[in-house]
Amino acid sequence: MSDATVTVLEQRPEASFHDYFKLLKPRVMTLVVFTALAGLVVAPVPVHPMVGFAAILFIAVGAGASGALNMWWDADIDAVMKRTAKRPVPAGKVSPGEALGLGLALSGLSVMMLGLAANLFSAALLAFTIFFYLVVYTMWLKRWTPQNIVIGGAAGAFPPMIGWAVATGGVSLESVLMFALIMLWTPPHFWALALFMKTDYSDAKVPMLTVTHGHDHTRLQVFIYTVLLAALAIGLAFTSIGGPVYLATALVLNARFLRGAWRIWRRTTPEAEADKYMVEKRFFRLSLTYLFAHFLALMAEAALAPFGLGGWA
Amino acid sequence: MTFREDHEIHQRRFGRNLGVGLALAVFVAVVFGLTLAKVSGGGNIQGYDHSVRPALLPAEGE
Repeated sequence: MSDATVTVLEQRPEASFHDYFKLLKPRVMTLVVFTALAGLVVAPVPVHPMVGFAAILFIAVGAGASGALNMWWDADIDAVMKRTAKRPVPAGKVSPGEALGLGLALSGLSVMMLGLAANLFSAALLAFTIFFYLVVYTMWLKRWTPQNIVIGGAAGAFPPMIGWAVATGGVSLESVLMFALIMLWTPPHFWALALFMKTDYSDAKVPMLTVTHGHDHTRLQVFIYTVLLAALAIGLAFTSIGGPVYLATALVLNARFLRGAWRIWRRTTPEAEADKYMVEKRFFRLSLTYLFAHFLALMAEAALAPFGLGGWA
Repeated sequence: MTFREDHEIHQRRFGRNLGVGLALAVFVAVVFGLTLAKVSGGGNIQGYDHSVRPALLPAEGE
């Protein structure tokens, strides 16, 4: 054994199962599982519980696979940013090649199994989502344009559409609106984070809006996207999957979200630094509740329907 | 013969093997469950193999 080999072995301790699991971005996976489940539950076509369970599982595996592929490609910038430096690849626990292998294998497995469990359309949509997240967002947009989050947000917005496609085998206005809800939610959610993460993105040379256009412009954009999001979220209440429970939830949460976005827009960076970005941090936390509650309310409408209570009928 | 205490690497490797084993067991269980669901669902479980099979064609009026 050469000295060089000994050094490599010393530098890369053998990875545990947990390290490989962390490659799949389990926190993002929970959001994917939840929104895909919502898409499946609110769809007008009933699905066998076992088929539904398997479909959600394979959508989650597909999302995890794209997470691993993202960590393979982004290892260099992950190492620079404090928030991501402890990920398995930059931390030296898993090699980039292993991340790539795991990502590709799980991508193939998840798409094939979703096709067998549900239908080819949902499998094709899952394959497109993985492609979009890896190639369009991670490889192309993320390091090139400050609009990375806006278009890249689409990748995270596909799961409810896939869930809907598992049940119906197609796309409809409702599934497109659920997609748009997550897509429009992503920019204010991430830009609020970028406002208080300060130097992370500039250190990594990622053209986040806060880096390229400054904080004041980002604050304005957060407000603009929140207005668009509120209009869409409330509009969703008047489709076939909406109803009074969803409308009440959307009205309360969008009022709070708009108020938060307004406060972010109307203040300056020195004011934000004075209270350690309290408003931005609160808005970021609210954004998590916001998305969760909207999809929960949609599922509540579907759950109440058999008792004659869900929807507008 | 004496048994040496497991090195930390062996424990970690055991954890990894156990994880992979459990993941495979879950996968087998899911495929089995799916098979039961598909078979008991009453749908067409034969596939086309490039030749017309009258049994798979929808009946008149369907």
